[in-house]
Amino acid sequence: MAGQDSTSLSGWGRYPSVDTFIDRPESRASLLQAVQNSGGTNSSGAGSGDLLARGKGRSYGDAAEAACGQTVLMEKLNRFMAFDSETGLLRLEPGVTIAEILQTFIPKGWFSPVVPGTKFVTVGGAIAADIHGKNHHRDGSFSNFVTRFWLLTAAGEIIECSRIQNADIFWATIGGMGLTGIIVEAELTLSPIESSYISYKSIRADNLTELMGLFDQHEERHHYSVAWIDCLAQKNSLGRGVLLLGDHAKLTDLPEQLKNHPLTLKPDKQVTVPFDMPSSLLNRYTMSTFNSLFYAVKTNQEKIADYDSYFFPLDAIGSWNRMYGKAGFIQYQCVIPPAASKQALTEILNACSQKGWGSFLAVLKRFGSKTCPSNTSLSFPIAGYTLTLDFPVKASLIEFTRKLDELVISHGGRVYLAKDACLTPETFRTMYNANFENWRQIKHKIDPDNVFRSALSQRLEIN
Amino acid sequence: MNNKTVLILGATSGIAKATAQALAAKGYGLHLAGRDKSELEILSQDLSIRSGAKVSYSLFDVHNVDSHQQFFKDVLAQCGTIYGALVAVGELGDQILAQNDPTHAKRIIDANFTGVVSLLTPIANYLEEQRQGFIVGISSVAGDRGRQSNYLYGSSKAGLSAFLSGLRNRLAKSNVQVLTVKPGFVNTKMTFGKQGMFLVAEPEDIAKGIVAAIEKRQNVIYLPWFWFWIMKIIRSIPEPIFIRMKM
Ligand SMILES: Cc1cc2nc3c(=O)[nH]c(=O)nc-3n(C[C@H](O)[C@H](O)[C@H](O)COP(=O)(O)OP(=O)(O)OC[C@H]3O[C@@H](n4cnc5c(N)ncnc54)[C@H](O)[C@@H]3O)c2cc1C
Ligand SMILES: NC(=O)c1ccc[n+]([C@@H]2O[C@H](COP(=O)([O-])OP(=O)(O)OC[C@H]3O[C@@H](n4cnc5c(N)ncnc54)[C@H](OP(=O)(O)O)[C@@H]3O)[C@@H](O)[C@H]2O)c1
Repeated sequence: MAGQDSTSLSGWGRYPSVDTFIDRPESRASLLQAVQNSGGTNSSGAGSGDLLARGKGRSYGDAAEAACGQTVLMEKLNRFMAFDSETGLLRLEPGVTIAEILQTFIPKGWFSPVVPGTKFVTVGGAIAADIHGKNHHRDGSFSNFVTRFWLLTAAGEIIECSRIQNADIFWATIGGMGLTGIIVEAELTLSPIESSYISYKSIRADNLTELMGLFDQHEERHHYSVAWIDCLAQKNSLGRGVLLLGDHAKLTDLPEQLKNHPLTLKPDKQVTVPFDMPSSLLNRYTMSTFNSLFYAVKTNQEKIADYDSYFFPLDAIGSWNRMYGKAGFIQYQCVIPPAASKQALTEILNACSQKGWGSFLAVLKRFGSKTCPSNTSLSFPIAGYTLTLDFPVKASLIEFTRKLDELVISHGGRVYLAKDACLTPETFRTMYNANFENWRQIKHKIDPDNVFRSALSQRLEIN
Repeated sequence: MNNKTVLILGATSGIAKATAQALAAKGYGLHLAGRDKSELEILSQDLSIRSGAKVSYSLFDVHNVDSHQQFFKDVLAQCGTIYGALVAVGELGDQILAQNDPTHAKRIIDANFTGVVSLLTPIANYLEEQRQGFIVGISSVAGDRGRQSNYLYGSSKAGLSAFLSGLRNRLAKSNVQVLTVKPGFVNTKMTFGKQGMFLVAEPEDIAKGIVAAIEKRQNVIYLPWFWFWIMKIIRSIPEPIFIRMKM
């Protein structure tokens, strides 16, 4: 049943808000019906209305809303279809969330091969944004583990896409932000684990040079790495931060009391989250407390945390996105190629600290060389450092992000579409350049009438 | 695993899907029944992957009353025994259409009441003989007092509530629990996109309440609980005042 009236919808940043019609199919048949109703696939294949799939709306900007058109909520198409307990090969519907995968498969000894900073994203959203985790340097992005998927196209057909079959559409859909069609089923490989715990340590760095040195020194030996940065620090302390290294704890790493139930889902009460975990950072509302956090870090001490508080500290706070108030906020995530990383990060952090705009969350990660192998994909990760900043929406924000865009472009970097709310058609084209032109040819082939459109694709004139 | 199988009638319902998951997590086996074969197959797969439960399925149509006896025979042949049954079949229908089209009115009544009575008849007789188990019927707060905005649906649910009440009275001596569930608004495809919804609960919350009530062998529950008080107030409004209200 389609909602009669349009609804106002936005992404996780609550900016911008977009008027759209929503539908929420619960079966394959009702999905096809919803798509037909939208005029997306009439007999001539010519669309009369925009159409777009939406997962859990955890992209920050305007990627998951069809402006004025039909936004199809995929969350009820969330069934597991088949699982091979020998190989970890899992077939599922795209509305399944990472949270559901973990809930179901951790007790069986399997983990999602890539997890973002929240577990409330769907597999459809994970493929469409080609999400990355703290293990990109080792494993690459989500698509590396996707063997194939089935795509509902503008022509109303469901086609199988893999590295062999319809390979061009496969790559155009990975990172394609829902603009090639609707993923209706997918297949991916889970990773085996011995326990649901993470052994981790944190290391303090007094400035950016030191921090980047720590990445060089330690990253290769660890499955997960991420750094939290104090973006108000200036001069000699610019870029000071804490590097967090983690690995799936093996049975032998676990303290005695955990060994009997190594694959528990519920965090064991006895394993208290250490005070230098990100969640305690987030419970404080100002960045001035970064100091206390910073000096409390016990460098190099090995600790054990449950997977949930290690990977998803923000999920414990619920709708923390409301903290920024009605105006909403943006997340600015860019990646800079290795050679230019240091210079670019220095310039960006300088720009922030000069403005006095401490981002609530400032996260630094490094992407490795296992990037998307296709030159027809809009997948975000390229090798280099990736910095993530949050800013509340205010008057001079756009002006500021334009300045950041210039810095990023001048160093050969790009901005993540799943977070973006501010790029222009021009800055987008410069950043995604050749790949975009290649991608576009496939878009024209598979969706000649531009049926699949989002507020983002309209803003960036992606057609 | 507890080797008890629950028959879910209307297994594609949002409330039923959540309840089936909650029951499977408790170790019950399941037999899913509905009218959409490919959905039933997907749901069975999903449930068994999530919980390791034994799940089978079969087809029925609530309006096809003549087939209900045979349908249940086939379920028994497939499952061996049944320990409990949950009926989630129902149709909200279109009140305005039903006021002008008696076929539509009849359809609403059949989907919520007469068809359900027909389905439950062989099941009740079977469980009475087994002298154990449960029947859960999903009625609605809408059955507590007829209102102009949905009295066809409401009256059919009132019929169902009264039927379940009588059945409970009859089966008590056979040790069979009959649970009447009266949900308020629930976020399922029945209500999605509809105007005038408030205090909307998630199907997972309703499922938790149903499983807890089965375990406590309760008779009638409102879900969430506060609907008990809301309906108590609505029922207590004197008729002369009620008839002038827009509800
Ligand atoms: C707290 C937080 C932390 C995050 N951390 C990370 C991180 O570490 N790494 C990272 O990469 N991202 C991160 N993200 C971003 C998030 O992972 C992505 O935006 C992801 O796409 C969100 O998934 P979703 O299911 O909510 O999709 P939505 O936001 O609903 O949609 C995202 C895009 O996917 C498309 N889409 C959704 N379903 C389908 C489908 N079935 N078929 C085709 N297209 C579809 C939509 O059209 C849209 O373009 C984070 C977000 C939050 C809120
Ligand atoms: N949602 C609410 O706010 C609410 C409130 C109070 C009570 N209830 C009651 O809760 C129960 C479950 O409803 P729901 O909210 O979960 O909505 P739902 O998803 O629409 O469930 C209705 C179920 O009835 C089935 N059904 C309808 N006609 C049928 C037929 N001819 N043959 C076989 N099955 C048929 C549907 O099958 P298909 O999936 O194949 O259509 C579906 O499984 C219903 O009895 C409803 O009246 C709901």
